[in-house]
Formats: sequence, structure tokens, C-alpha cells
Amino acid sequence: MKPFENVKSIVTPLDMVNVDTDQIIPKQFLKLVQKSGFGKFLFFNWRYDENKNIKSDFILNDSKYDGSKILVAGDNFGCGSSREHAVWALDDYGFSVIISSSFADIFFSNCFKNGILPISLNSKIVEKLLQETNSVEVDLENQIIKTSSEEISFEINSHKKKILLEGLDDVAQTFQFEDKIRAFEEKSTIPSVL
Amino acid sequence: MGKTLFEKIWESHIVVEKQNEPDLIYIDRHLVHEVTSPQAFDGLRMNNRKVRRPDLTIATMDHNVPTTNRSLPMLDETSSIQIKTLENNCKDFGIKLFDINSPNQGIVHVIGPQLGITLPGSTIVCGDSHTSTHGAFGALALGIGTSEVEHVLASQTLWLEKPKTFEVRVEGKRKNTHAVTAKDIILSIIKNIGTAGGTGTVIEYRGEGISDLSMDQRMTICNMSIEGGARAGLIAPDEKTFDYLRNREYTPKNYESLVDSWRDDLKTDSDATFDKQFILDINDITPQVSWGTNPGMTCDVDEPIPSPDEFSNGDPNQKKGAEKALEYMDLKPGTMIEDIKIDRVFIGSCTNARLEDLIEASKIIQGQKVASNVSAMVVPGSQMVKKQAEEMGLDKIFTDANFEWREAGCSMCLGMNPDILSPGERCASTSNRNFEGRQGNGGRTHLVSPVMAAAAAINGHFVDVRKLDLN
Repeated sequence: MKPFENVKSIVTPLDMVNVDTDQIIPKQFLKLVQKSGFGKFLFFNWRYDENKNIKSDFILNDSKYDGSKILVAGDNFGCGSSREHAVWALDDYGFSVIISSSFADIFFSNCFKNGILPISLNSKIVEKLLQETNSVEVDLENQIIKTSSEEISFEINSHKKKILLEGLDDVAQTFQFEDKIRAFEEKSTIPSVL
Repeated sequence: MGKTLFEKIWESHIVVEKQNEPDLIYIDRHLVHEVTSPQAFDGLRMNNRKVRRPDLTIATMDHNVPTTNRSLPMLDETSSIQIKTLENNCKDFGIKLFDINSPNQGIVHVIGPQLGITLPGSTIVCGDSHTSTHGAFGALALGIGTSEVEHVLASQTLWLEKPKTFEVRVEGKRKNTHAVTAKDIILSIIKNIGTAGGTGTVIEYRGEGISDLSMDQRMTICNMSIEGGARAGLIAPDEKTFDYLRNREYTPKNYESLVDSWRDDLKTDSDATFDKQFILDINDITPQVSWGTNPGMTCDVDEPIPSPDEFSNGDPNQKKGAEKALEYMDLKPGTMIEDIKIDRVFIGSCTNARLEDLIEASKIIQGQKVASNVSAMVVPGSQMVKKQAEEMGLDKIFTDANFEWREAGCSMCLGMNPDILSPGERCASTSNRNFEGRQGNGGRTHLVSPVMAAAAAINGHFVDVRKLDLN
């Protein structure tokens, strides 16, 4: 996994609550068997109408936000389906930071597996960031978001922070505990399926 | 201090414990399907890794399989590739697969329990959020993403942060057992706690209103835990649980000795405390119908659709969400639920496509015809459910009423196969999500129980099933 690098960009304000992963990446794009190339399908049904014409009123279709790496959205972002394709699509589109007042659990966990930083902030601060028109800098090492007018600190579990900063491979980490896994298996009472 | 059932299962599965970091948790059962696994197997290949415990892993294909005649070739090439990919991956990595022609094929959360693969006190994962279904057996069952699927394939473990505990207690004895169903109980819970009410928690459903339920009904409850935002939902196992799993095709050989230990161990201690609690009385619950674009946007069948102001309780963001939902659903506040006309009916999904769901729906259908403006289908949750239903003659009841009777799969719950709504179509659906476009771009979903869906099919609009004679 690529290590997380600090980000400076304008924010894309997606002023909606309960954005579910069906919206982030609709089901017709889940049939692909690779991880790449999902960006063009991000928010597909909100970006395009039934005839695949661009819906000009959707925020991602406003050229002002081209190249934005920071998405700001309302409460309970990423709820619903566990599809990691949602994170792959956000990543491939160019977002590396998602800010919301709260995230659904599986989506939140999926972000860290793909080098995406989800930041939970008080809803008042999220409201303010939704209005921010200048560039914003996200510094993970120091856990600070710098806007044109202030510095906002954010919380992150130290273990998760390390994973992002170092781009650690989870599985390789786990293999260091092979002896413990084996010991657990020797005393487990749950039988095999077959 | 005592411990909750969840805490007991968690603690008995810790492989590595560290301060202020996630625990490494052992996984007893891994269920795999075609949509969220190809990239995980690719990851194994790229790193030259094996599947650590093929004997704890099973696979089936459910999400995008056609539900029509399976002797015909699949028309959708990308679905076909995904199915073929799962076949190849299972062959290469030595995983037991219930393929499209297997009598055990079906929705992964329907076949796990039916085959006796789901076990009380075990940890179960699957790359699917409705894995919570298996919690009905007192298992800790978690939906995971594809990276975690790869991690479990490689190591049979997962790094997990310990969730908080949430007691949802349903009190009282249900009076109207046919009209007010498990689906209405869980929709009512979600309506009250909200779609993020369970975030970061594992729910334990307790109380007489829960223990009275059959296993099929308990699965409906636990299935939709994720719709309340919870990491998982579970119910303490009892004799109903143990009876259900006895003598299934993959029930362990030492089952009775396992049951003896489960009977003693798998319950929340009387002095245990939960981080959060919600209580409701079962006799306050009526048949539920969702009107919006998330499962929390639900009301009683005899209520009008709320205005965004009423729904939002002063929260401007929720109000905006409700306005957008009503626009998408083409509904107006104040409209009575029974006045909403429907075009389609879908009885299926991991929420409500088990034998009991089909039996209950068939009681409404028997001797009736689907309204002329409605097209309706039943998609059994598994080939085994289908066979059992056919042995009881249920298929005949449905087809005589002009329902389509299909092969097993996820089907129109998420519309990855050809079973989808057309733009603007309105569907009474027994599935679990009413998100925008979930059942087809522009389609409008109302979540209901199987009996409510059946009654809507016959009448062409929603009907309060409490008015019908269901005995």
C-alpha cells in the first residue's frame, strides 16, 4: 500500500447525510474483477442521467472542484453495503481524504486498507468546512487541518495513523504472529466445516 | 462484573491482544461469494500466498446469478466472467464451492445456517454487510471489505477494534403473530434508533419478543442490524437454535458435546452491563412500510407519510435528506400508506426468502390473483428452500396467482443480475435496502414484510394486513 502523504487542495463539499455505498459506486460496476479504474464510475447515478448526459447540478461536475483531493460530506458517510469498490472509486477519482461528522464502520475500516484517510470531526466544524472555498492542507503526522483562517486538530488511533504513514501491508504484519495463530488453532474447539 | 455474550465470544477468539490497538481475532468460518472476492484472490497470487484454512472456508455464487432457466447460457458477459473467476479461484486455492448447479446453491446467508456451517459461539465473516444474519445463532458475524477477505484467506484472522455493546430489548408477547412479523420488529427498531444508531456497536437482541421468534424470524432481525449501523447483531442461542442446526449436512460430528458447552457458556451474565440500551414493547409495533431512501425512513401502515419537518425533529440535514427522498420516491407528505399504488412485488433476499417467509406469504396469495397492474416474483433464498417449498406445493400457489417462481439468488435485492426495476417503477420489496437506485436506476423501493408484499401484490396498493384473516 502506498504511504499517505500530506494533502493540499480545495475541498469538494458534498452536503448530504447518509451517503450510502450504493450511491458512491452503483452495483452495475461491481462486476469487475480488478481494483483499478473505478474512478470514472464514482457517484455514477448522480453524475450522469439515464442517457449518460452530465448532470450539471451535481457537485463533482463543477469544474471548480477538478483536482480536489478532499471530500467533505454529512453524517453517516459510507453506510450500507460493505463493497470496498466504494473506496477504490474514491481513491481512483483522486480523493485521499474524506471528512465527515461520522462514518459507517465497514467503510471506515476499508479506507485504511487503501491509504485513504477518513477524518471524523464535530458536525459544526464539518458545516464550516462545507463552506470553505480556499485550499485546505491536511497534515496527518501532526493531525492538523489548516484552512485559510484556522488550524483544526483531529483525532486518529495511533495504530491506524502508523498504518497510513508507513503504508503497511496488513497481512505481512500478521504473519509475524504465526506462532500465536498456530497456538490458538491447537486449542480451538470449533471444528472444520468439511 | 458479568460479561455480555458478545464479550465472551470476543475474548475466546483473541489471538493477540495489545494496549490501545486492535486485537487479532481468530475467524472460525469464512463465507465467500463472487462479487467481493476476485481482488482478494488476486492479492494472494501477487504475494505468493495460500489460503491458510480451506477447511474453514466455503464459497457460493449468489449476487449476480440469473434466476431464470439455468440450463441456458448467461447473457451478461461480465457476470459470467465473475462467476467463472470464482470457480477458478476455488479450484486453485482448494475451497469448497456450491456452484450454480449445486442443490446447495443459494444466498450465502441462507445456506450457511441451512447446511449447519453457521455455529453458535463462532466468529463468522463474509465480504457482505448482511453477514450479521448469522448472529441469530449466537455467532459473532461480521461483514468485511475485500482487503479483509484477503487477510482472512491468508491468515484466518482479522485485526479488529472491540466494538461497544448495545442491548435492544423487545418486551411483551406478540398478539398478532401473522400480521406483525420479524421484519416489522426490525424496521421499527431502525426507525427508532436511526440508521447510524448502532454505529461502532454489536447489538444483542433480547427479551420475550425476541426469544419467542423462530430461527427464520431471528435471522430477519439480525440480518438488518447493519441497516441500524451496527457492526453485528446477535441473539443468545437456545433449544430452538440447537434443534435447527442438528442433523444438517455439515453439522459437526461432535455436535451434542458442543451443544452442552454452548448451553452453559453462550449467554449474557445477569450482572453484565451494556454501553447502550433501547427498549420497545412488541405490542406497539404495527406492520411497517418504508417511504424514503434509507431504512430509517419508515412508518406504520396506518400512518400518513411524515413531512420533512416532522421526520427531522429540527435537524436541518435530516430535513434536507427527507425532502430529497420524497422527491426521488415521488411521494407527498400526508399521503396515507394504503393509498400508495405499486407496480412490482419482490419476495426474496437474505432478509426474507426463507421457507417460513414463503409459507406466510402464500397464505395471503392462496386462491387469489396478482392485481392486473402489478408484476410479482418470488425468488427463494436457496435451492434448498425452493425444493422444500415445492414439496409443500407453495410454487403452485404462487404461480396460480401469477407470481413468477424463480431460481435462488440475491436477485432484485440489489439488481446485479437482470432482475431490476425500470426507472420510476414502484416496488413492494421484502429486501433490506431502499437506497436510491438499489433495485434499478430510478426504481422506487418500499421495504415491507413478506405478508405485506403479498397483500400489496393482490390489491395493487399497500394494505394493512391486520385487517385480513391470516389464521
